[in-house]
This record gives sequence, C-alpha cells and structure tokens, in this order.
Amino acid sequence: MIECKVDYLKRIIEDVLKVHGNHRSSLLPVLIAVNDKIGFISDMALVEISKQMDIPIAEIHGVMSFYSFLNKKKKGKYVIRICRSLSCEFKGKNRIKNVIMRELGIGVGETTDDGLFTLEETNCIGMCDRSPAMLINDRPYYNLTPERAIEILESYRGGKII
Amino acid sequence: MSEKIKIKIDGKEFEVEKGITILEACKRFGIKIPTLCYHPDLTVAGICRICVVEIEGMDKLQPACAYPIDREMSIKTHSNKVRIARKTNLELILSEHYGDCYTCVRNGKCELQKLAADFGIDRYIFPSVTSPKYKIDNSSHAIVRDPNKCIHCKRCIRTCIDLQQVAALETANRGHNVQIQTALNKPISEVICINCGQCINRCPTGALRAKDPADEIWDAICDPSKFVVIQTAPSPRAAIGEEFGYPPGTCVTGKLNAALRRIGFDRIFDTNFAADLTIMEEGSELIERLKRKLVEGDKSVKLPMFTSCSPGWVKFIEHYYPQYLDHLSTCKSPQQMFGAIIKTYYAQKIGIDPAKIVTVALMPCAAKKFECNRPEMRDSGYKDVDYGLTTREMAAMIKEAGIDLHDMPDEDFDHPLGLGSGAGLIFGSTGGVMEAALRTVYEIVTGRPVPFKDLDITPIRGMEWIREASLVMENVKPEYKFLEGVEVKVAVAHGTANAKKLLRRLEEGKLDYHFIEIMACPGGCLGGGGQPIPTTPEIREARARAIYEEEKRLPVRKSHENPEIKQLYEEFLGKPLGELSHKLLHTHYTPRGKYFLGEENVL
Amino acid sequence: MIEKKVLLNKLDRGEAILRAVKMGSEKIVSLIKDSELRGRGGAGFPTGIKWERVLNQSEKERYLICNADEGEPGTFKDRILLEEYTEKMIEGMIIGQIAIGAKKSFIYLRQEYKFLAEKIKNTIEEYKKLFGDKVDFQIDLRFGAGAYVCGEEFALIESLNGFRGEPRNKPPFPTEKGFKNKPTVVNNVETLCNIPHIVLNGASWFKKFGVKGCYGTKLFSVAGDVEKPGIYEVEMGIPLIELLEHVGGVDSKAVQVGGYAGTTVVPEDYYKTLCFGDLPPGGSIIVIGKNRDMGKVLENILEFFLEESCGQCTPCREGNYRLLEGLRLLRDGKASIKYLKTLFTLCDVMKISAKCGLGQSSPNSFLAIMKNFKDEILYNER
Repeated sequence: MIECKVDYLKRIIEDVLKVHGNHRSSLLPVLIAVNDKIGFISDMALVEISKQMDIPIAEIHGVMSFYSFLNKKKKGKYVIRICRSLSCEFKGKNRIKNVIMRELGIGVGETTDDGLFTLEETNCIGMCDRSPAMLINDRPYYNLTPERAIEILESYRGGKII
Repeated sequence: MSEKIKIKIDGKEFEVEKGITILEACKRFGIKIPTLCYHPDLTVAGICRICVVEIEGMDKLQPACAYPIDREMSIKTHSNKVRIARKTNLELILSEHYGDCYTCVRNGKCELQKLAADFGIDRYIFPSVTSPKYKIDNSSHAIVRDPNKCIHCKRCIRTCIDLQQVAALETANRGHNVQIQTALNKPISEVICINCGQCINRCPTGALRAKDPADEIWDAICDPSKFVVIQTAPSPRAAIGEEFGYPPGTCVTGKLNAALRRIGFDRIFDTNFAADLTIMEEGSELIERLKRKLVEGDKSVKLPMFTSCSPGWVKFIEHYYPQYLDHLSTCKSPQQMFGAIIKTYYAQKIGIDPAKIVTVALMPCAAKKFECNRPEMRDSGYKDVDYGLTTREMAAMIKEAGIDLHDMPDEDFDHPLGLGSGAGLIFGSTGGVMEAALRTVYEIVTGRPVPFKDLDITPIRGMEWIREASLVMENVKPEYKFLEGVEVKVAVAHGTANAKKLLRRLEEGKLDYHFIEIMACPGGCLGGGGQPIPTTPEIREARARAIYEEEKRLPVRKSHENPEIKQLYEEFLGKPLGELSHKLLHTHYTPRGKYFLGEENVL
Repeated sequence: MIEKKVLLNKLDRGEAILRAVKMGSEKIVSLIKDSELRGRGGAGFPTGIKWERVLNQSEKERYLICNADEGEPGTFKDRILLEEYTEKMIEGMIIGQIAIGAKKSFIYLRQEYKFLAEKIKNTIEEYKKLFGDKVDFQIDLRFGAGAYVCGEEFALIESLNGFRGEPRNKPPFPTEKGFKNKPTVVNNVETLCNIPHIVLNGASWFKKFGVKGCYGTKLFSVAGDVEKPGIYEVEMGIPLIELLEHVGGVDSKAVQVGGYAGTTVVPEDYYKTLCFGDLPPGGSIIVIGKNRDMGKVLENILEFFLEESCGQCTPCREGNYRLLEGLRLLRDGKASIKYLKTLFTLCDVMKISAKCGLGQSSPNSFLAIMKNFKDEILYNER
C-alpha cells in the first residue's frame, strides 16, 4: 500500500507538472492542483514536489502554509466554509453554523467520522448581497436558512448534490 | 560615473550617487539610523520598520534600508513622526519577545536590548510575554533554537535560504500566526541543517545560539584525574579579541595562550600544526589522484578533488550532492586529525592513558560540534575530539574565570604539536587551504617554492565569492614526471551558495579544475558561525588581514617544513597516506537525505 | 434616478478591440491618460500613467495582470462583472496588452470564485477564435488560494511568481520590476471593464460622469442591514446619503465604506461623497443597523486583519494583534481607559509605517469606531 501511495503521488505530480510546467512561477498552480486531486498536501507530497521542481522543501512548505485553501492535513471530502464577514454575521451566519454543527456533530475545524465533511469558517466569499452564504468545495450556497442548510447537507450525503 | 543627486538630510545638503539607499547615504555622512532586520550580508527585507524616515512630500514613512535615492529629496531622520513610529514599532517587537535578559546567552550583546536602551524604553507599553510559549529545540549537537525570543526579522531565513542556500529554515503561516521555524517544524537535528551557524551570527537576539559545552569542560578541568588538552584553530585568535574590546583584526595569539593556561588547560596546542598535517596528507592525496587519473587512466578516481576541512560543507555535500562524495578528499579536518593524534601518539609519548585525556577544540565554528560527534570520528579508540567550543564560548569562559585578555602576557603553545606553519595559519581564511596546499604540492613536485613573490598566492586571496588560478608544473622531479607541463587548475569558493554554483557546473560537466577549496561560511573560518557577533564584510576583511599579517611573521611558512610535522612522521606515522595515516587521519562520508531525516520512512 | 448604466450595460463585442488595433499603443495610452481613469481596486492610481510607465520601459518582455482577487469584505461587484460582463474584462485585457506591448497576461482569480472559471475560460476561447488572428494576445487564468493580502499588487505578483504573498518594498514598482522581474501592469477587474467603453466613446464622454479628479461611474456592492442589497452603478462623487436613500439604508447606526480597509462612517458624515480624497470609493458599502453591537463589529474587523495580514512587517503583524487584544481588554474593563490613547498612537504609527496598504488601512475602523462609539464599547453594563 505504501509503495503504491508513493507511485501514485509521483504520477499525480508528474501529470500536474506536465500541465503547469516546473518553473518557480508554477508552484502555486501545482500546489492547488495537488490539493484538489488528493485533498491535502502531505509531507510525502511536499518531498515529491520538491524533488520534481527542485525547490527546497522548506520554501514549498512556507508558500503552502501561507494560503488558507491549501490543506496540510487530510480534510473531509466536502469542505464547508461558512462566511464569517459582517453582512453574513448580520444575517444570521451563527444560526447556520450551529445548525450545521448539530447536524454533523462536529465543531469548526473538525471533520466528520465518515470523512465526508469538514466545517470551517472563512473570510468574505463575495456573496454579501445574498447573505448568509457558504462554500462547499468550490460551490457557493447563499440566502441560507437553517432548513435550506440541512437540505443541502442531505443532498451531499445522498450523493445528489443540489 | 553614476548620476549625482542633491539631497537634504535633516536640513543639511549632501550629494550622492543615484540609486543608493537612504541608509547607505546616512551611514556615509555619519548619520546614524537605527536598524534591526537589516544586515549588510543579506538581501533587504524592510520589515521591522525601525529604520523608517520621513521624506518630504510623502505622508507615509519609508524604510531607509530599502528606499533608493532616485530623485532630489529632503529626508528627516528624527522628526517626531519618525521617532514615535520607531519607538512604537520597537515596543511592539519587545512585546512579542520573551525578554528574560538575565538568563540569555546574548545578554549585553543583543541588538534588541541595545535598541531598547538607546530608545530609553523603561517599561512595556503593550502587554508583555511573561512566560515562554514555545519549547526550546535542543535536538542538535550544534544549534539551539528558542522561538520565544524570535522577533520575526527573518535574518536567519535570509541567511539560510538566500546567502547559504541550505533552506533548513522557513517562514510558515500568515498574519499573527507567522512562525520562523525549521522546515516542516521538525527538530533541527532532523532537517537539512549543515550546522554552519551563520544564522546564529545574524540573529539579533538569543533565538538562535550554539550548544555550549563550557560546563562539561569546566568539570573536566577541575577533575584532577582528567588531562585536558585544548587545540586552538587559526581564526579564533584573530577574532576573540573583539569580545574583549580589541578592534576587529587584532591577533591575540600569545595572550589567548596565556589565558587558556590560567584557566587550567593542561596542554595548549596549535591547530595550525594539524592543518600542516592535513596539507601533507591532502597534498599527497591530490598528487596520488592526479597520478592515477592522468597516468593510469583510473576512472574510479574523481577530479576535481574537494577539500574536506569545513564540516558545514561536508554535510552540505552529503545532503545535496551525495553523488559527488567521491570527489571529497578523504582527509579528516585538522580538528579531527589532531584529536586522533593526541589520543594516540601524544598519549603514548607522555605516557598517559588516552581514556583520561579530554580534548577540547577551540573553533570558529558551530559545525565542528556536530563533526566531533560523528560516529566515525573515533579512530583513536576514543572520541577523538570531546568538545568543540566556539570563540564566543571561549571568551565567556575566560571572562568567567575573571581574566581580561588585556592583562595577559604573550605565551607560546606547548610542544611538540604546538608549532604551526604560516600555511597552517591561513587555513583560517577563504583560499588559505588552497594556498597552503599549492605551496607544498608545487615544492614536492618540482623541488622549488611556488613561483609567487614571498610565497603569497594572491590570485586566490580576497573575498570574491569564487576565485580561480592555475599553476603549470615545470621542470618536475623525476619521480613526478607524469606532471611535467600539467597546468593544475584550482578554484576557491566560500559560502555554500557559491559551492552550489560550482557543483551545478560539475553536474553539467563544465568543471575542469583539479582541486577546489570550499568553505561553508562566507570569508571561510574567520567568518564562521562560532565567531564573535556581529559579522560584516568589513569585520571579515579585518580578520583576514590580521591572519595574513601574522603569517608573514612566522618563521616557518610551508607545511612540509614544519619540524614537528617531520618529527611526527618520523616517530609515528611513517609517511603520508601510510597505513597509520589511513587509520587515524582519513575518513569516509555518508550520503544523507535531501529533505529531512526519516524521509525514507515517510515515503 | 441615480443609477447610471455604463458598466452594467451591453457592449458590442469586439468593436473596441478593432478600434484599439487601429490606434496602436501610444494612442491608446494617451487616450486612457486623457480620460483620467483611476484604478478601481481602491488605491486609485491613474491607469494611463501606469500603462505609460510600462510602455516606456526598455525591457520588451512585459505582462498585464488582471486582479480578480476581490477579497475586500463586503465587495462583490467584480463577481458580477466576471459572471455577467466577462467580455468587458477580456476586451479590457486585450486592449491593455496592445497598449503596453505585452504578449501575455494573467487573470488572478480568487479561489472563492472558482465557480466562475468555466465562464471565463470559455469567453477567452471565444475571443481567441474571433480575434486571435488580428491580435497577438494570450490570457492565462490563475487562482489564488485564500489570501486576502494577494489583492495587494506586489503580493499578487509574488504569489504568481511562486512565493508567499508578501508585499515588497517600493520602489521599484511593478511597472519596472513585476512578474518575473519584468515590467508589469496590475489592473482591477472593474478598471479593465471601463477600457472598452473609453476606447469606443472617448475620453471626454467618460469625463462627463463623475467629479473633477474622479471621473466615470463606479460600482458599489451594497449589503448588510439594508432593504435592497445588490450592485449599484452610480457616478463617482455622489454623496453617500443619496446612495443610502436609494437602497434603503439611511436609518442605520453606521456604514462601513470601502470594506474593512475603508472606514466606518457615522450618520453625521453621510453627506460626504464617494470619491478619491473623500470616502473611499473601493466599492463596498456595508450598512450597520441600529441595533448592532459596535464592539462586535470592530472585533470582527480586527480578527480579519489579524488573520489576513501577511505577517512580515511589525506594525501590521503585531499592531493588529494589539488592537484586537486592546479592544477586548478595554471592553471587558481589564485595561485603563488611558490605554486607549496608546492604541490610538499605535493606529497612527500603523498608518504611516506599515509596509503595504493592508497594514496602513487596517487601523481605520478602530479609530473611527473607538472615537464614535467609545461610550457604547467602554462604558457598557457587562
């Protein structure tokens, strides 16, 4: 299993580099692509990127840790990011957060046992005219109500994403 | 000639070349601007915001270290706006710094402490750190990191990433969570740190320091059953004076010997002697390699040969270019050769059980601490060198003993093993090992001294990052006929970033030198990670000057003419590269990971 | 009716590009200079001058970057432009490339807007098909990865270069040493969307809108405690009160203008105008309702900066932390009222000595809220 993992990683990173090139200026696109494909960037992945791009691992980790969408640890299949900026806060973001926490049985920063969801708070996602809002992976959801939030979670659980 | 620009600083008019920074201009005219994240060796960051100045017509203050004079301007260096900004920023830094000054190794020598004093700080304006938040990283033999004292100036980062290109350190996270840490925040002993200690020299506070063995050394000195021998490397004698108020560039060899004797070391030996021994072995190794390669066409012999005296460089190549380890001379460094000789030859000679001998090495170096702890460095049957002690730590021991160097007479080393040639002395500067080796190799091969005035091989002296020279072997002795007419090409580099440049050329097959000297630290050992702080280009040059001046005065200036070296070979070793030499004076190297310790387990 | 439809109007595809091709670099640059168009990202630097600086560089490898890292809380005007008026941005970029002589440009899109990527890519493809033979242009779409500071032009460039998004010292400016250390123009989405209109209608047409020194129309994202949240296009320089009346936000406690980096405006100041030099016209209007706890509002703002500061310079990294800590200490009665004065001094120092706009503007709201709502926050009954 371990060997497969290395080979798998190696191949993924090779593929990513084929698309983005291995210049220093490709580093962020490479990190984003690896993060998208595997869900997080492990030490193993950092070593492999360092090897293939010839950038010291310390620098790659320094860059990676700067950006909040790049994950150091494995997260849920679906990362829920609730907007915590003022307009969402005014429009009841905390109610939505509480509902989701209760539904999923996790706190902010935690992942459900089944590995399906991670709950996070994030800064403004630019949906202020439709507050409160959240992102699930890349997809924005807005004008949320507690009922709507539960409905959305259910749809992800059932595999029929709305 | 570059364009001149008229500027005003605090109302006075000056003229400067376009493009120099405000800080450079002020320095030139004797106007002091306080700085913190600025360091003359490093790329400019402009992040501490202590050096800010006011430029007429701009409402924001600008960092003097980074702002170029690109137009006529009027600068105020201590307006109220400037003064309050500087002081407030300093107060912010003080409030993030765990300032337990009494118990800090940098007490009295801390740049932050000095700034606080200069600014008349008499209390914390913002809530201060009252207890340490982070664990101190003690895992390395050489370097200790205390994040509680870190003020995020990034001087260590710029040292490790830009100047040395080792990249053991990183800036992680963002905002108030930003952390200056080792790669992936692993213990120092597990990351690709070469222990050069250059980060220590540039840390303004006590966040980075060398691991100090002084207590154990004191214990050994005070233990009557122990015979404590110290060897002193070439460059501490040209720098330790700075710790006692001598100007940079003062050699205090005799006074240092006297102080060490007062402290209670049983024998004081000169590492220059071991440097001479290194030249005998390494010079012979070079000739041997040339012979096998040029005459016998032995493809297993690798050229160019790299010097191996600098333990930072050795670890660097073990990590980053293990495929070229065969290029490294198999010679141990002078420190380690000396340790092995003391615990064998010398122990026999004076009839002392080597188990009772404690060998201390006074070194300008942090990496020597790691080197003496390498498992392969026990060829005498004991740990060849027990402790590596830095110049700074030695100065502290001398002070603790109540000794002021100024009061000391000039005293000699103990003999034998206390006579070093000038060639051994210049090991302390970049280019010195090469110069010493050429003096000996050329003379062994041709029977004549090197064809340079007063033996000074000037093309490889100086502080250029990479220097090169060549020497044609003419009218050689019959036994070296294979070298007749051969142009021996050599190069010298200091700072591992420059070593990397040469190695890259080697990778491309574009490196046709025969012999290359590499020192991990800028300036060579005299700029080592164990030397007095601060270090600047000027200070390094002053120390180099002191070394070359002292070497001129020495009676013996070639390693092979050192009578005590001859005696050692006659009485004990036999001949260079002989069987005993191989056992005691040569070593092997270990390919290491490029990422972090245990990476193979992660993979 | 205060709404003006320029940016939120239809554009005849490609006409501006064809005209720009005929005009050539110098003429486009001088047109944009004449229009006195100022950057819509917040700083308001004259776009024409930026372009001219790059055009005048001897280095021929040049880049144009469209800053679509709209991260200022309360701002979503670029989202609308990216989603519904993609072609205007693309045309602006193509014209920009012609103007400054760049062969390549980038769109730096915030990761939060990844759902717009498909639309943007398709539009680029369409334009490639339509105009690829007439204009030598290339537009690459790049993503941010969740860092507000990357909206700062140098931080954005560093990010594109593959480094931590840390602003650099200026000078040299991006127009001299930007992406890959080559001359680079960084323009906001809205700025670029103005370009085709100006090329088609001329500088004097553009200057019919707005006020002296601050011409054109401007998009405002209106949100918070307001009856009609959304995007509004108005002329530069209109009084805040007019906009508030239009959207139903007059009856409020305060308005956060220009996002978190802007300032907090109290009702007495609603008469002020939205333009450079007065209320920051960055584009974000968050209306704060009568019953809101201003301490909490400020806490939210400061928490944001604490996290989004890049963390390199002292005033921003430590200053924002001390402001947030100070607010909490004062609110909870754990610090003397005198400490507020210290914090005000800190704010002034941050404004003049932080390395980039983030640290320079982050204390604005602290100053405004602590001055105007001191009683509410300090003398509470908690």
